[in-house]
Amino acid sequence: MEKKEIVLELKHVRKDFGNGPVLKDISLQLHKGEVMVFIGPSGCGKSTLLRCINGLEGIQGGEILLNGKLISTENTKWSEVRQKIGMVFQSYDLFPHMTVMENILLGPVKVQGRNRKEAEQEAERLLERVGLSDKQRAFPAQLSGGQKQRAAIVRALIMKPQILLFDEVTAALDPEMVREVLDVMLELAKSGGTMMIVTHELSFAKAVADRIIFLDDGIIVESGTPEEFFTRQKTERAQRFLNTFIFREEKGGDEA
Amino acid sequence: MPDSATLIMLLEGTCATLYMTLVSTLFGYVLGLPMGIVLAVTDREGIKPNKFVYKLLDFFSNIIRSIPFLILLILVIPLTKAIVGKSYGSSATVVPLVIAAAPFIARMVEASLKEVDKGVVEAAQSMGAGMFTIIYKVLLAEARTSLLVGVTIAVGTILGYSAMAGAVGGGGLGDIAVRYGYHRYQSDIMIITIVILVVLVQILQGIGMLLSKRLDRRVNK
Ligand SMILES: Nc1ncnc2c1ncn2[C@@H]1O[C@H](COP(=O)(O)OP(=O)(O)O)[C@@H](O)[C@H]1O
Ligand SMILES: [Mg+2]
Repeated sequence: MEKKEIVLELKHVRKDFGNGPVLKDISLQLHKGEVMVFIGPSGCGKSTLLRCINGLEGIQGGEILLNGKLISTENTKWSEVRQKIGMVFQSYDLFPHMTVMENILLGPVKVQGRNRKEAEQEAERLLERVGLSDKQRAFPAQLSGGQKQRAAIVRALIMKPQILLFDEVTAALDPEMVREVLDVMLELAKSGGTMMIVTHELSFAKAVADRIIFLDDGIIVESGTPEEFFTRQKTERAQRFLNTFIFREEKGGDEA
Repeated sequence: MPDSATLIMLLEGTCATLYMTLVSTLFGYVLGLPMGIVLAVTDREGIKPNKFVYKLLDFFSNIIRSIPFLILLILVIPLTKAIVGKSYGSSATVVPLVIAAAPFIARMVEASLKEVDKGVVEAAQSMGAGMFTIIYKVLLAEARTSLLVGVTIAVGTILGYSAMAGAVGGGGLGDIAVRYGYHRYQSDIMIITIVILVVLVQILQGIGMLLSKRLDRRVNK
């Protein structure tokens, strides 16, 4: 990880919806090729953090820099910034009236003005990579949750973003479909993708992360390698959080 | 059984009614569709909130919608004369019909566009889609079934208004119903015009609903 260039930097970011800060003082650096995983209790501000980075929410304090350039300004051209920061959502959010292929082509053709043929060929390659070659012409309503999410990942990937943000992309999936989506993300990580991932899948976090950030109550409580985080938590809060998970996993195991 | 002169009159009345309705719907949308889009886009929850623009359109459309159609008909006579050259007949009726229909259409368009899943709009934003791409490729495209249902409702409503315009010499079936049924007590002719109106509404609604079902891709077929 040493000496890699910084792609994204947050300095003392504060977010307030008007009833007390949701993000209090977030500072972090994301390096090229780095996979950063955010975990933390629900409501601690993980989604909000990703949404601020993507400009879907404005911030009330601090700075966000992309490639060293300030993007948290009044007159940021979000349309340009967002082409460099892709995002995949928990609820897939595919366009229901478009086929999988049309969903994927909207970005490159309509937003980036790329050649349709070329984009189509790339879409085909990407669909094959995620195992959806036969679903090009399908409408979202005809896909399973896992298939929809893989299509949504392709839709983000084809924009060739510098960073990909994933917000609990497996949280709405039936258990048997979680794996197929995580495998795709794991493969992306291995091939050098720069990613920020919010997830509750701890074993996945362990496998995919270069760095784990534990958020609680709008602040970064811990930040370290997966090894550090899972074996030597520095704070009681992180310990407690992990304990509730271990308990849940044991309980789940009993029932099975 | 009505004689052939009456039949011809009824046929002409039907054509005049259809003409007024369809032309008014068309121009109603020429004005109302952009208005509805602007309302949806500038709303607080829209993709480009703008309180001033929203309030202005909101106020404007509420005012027009609260004026009873018969009053509006009389109020706009100067405008009608300026545009069409006369204040009676079916072409003249189109003017007040469009003015009455546009705000109502705008409100339906606004409601349809607001039904579009916010997540889907954010997905488009998150890949850098600009306002016009989102309006055209996401909002209008995803709301199209609902928009078509709106067109169907608009056609039905405008047809009703056009018949009302008959009371003041607006032409079409309403005119016939008033002249023969009301002034001359020929209730058979009035009943026939009513039947024709009902059949017209049914046919137009049927076409609208069929189209909107055809265009719906959200359900697995
Ligand atoms: N649009 C909003 N308006 C007001 N409060 C919000 C909004 N979005 C999120 N919040 C609040 O911000 C906090 C963090 O939410 P979120 O980022 O969704 O948490 P997480 O993703 O970690 O579960 C929560 O308390 C939530 O209620
Ligand atoms: Mg969340």
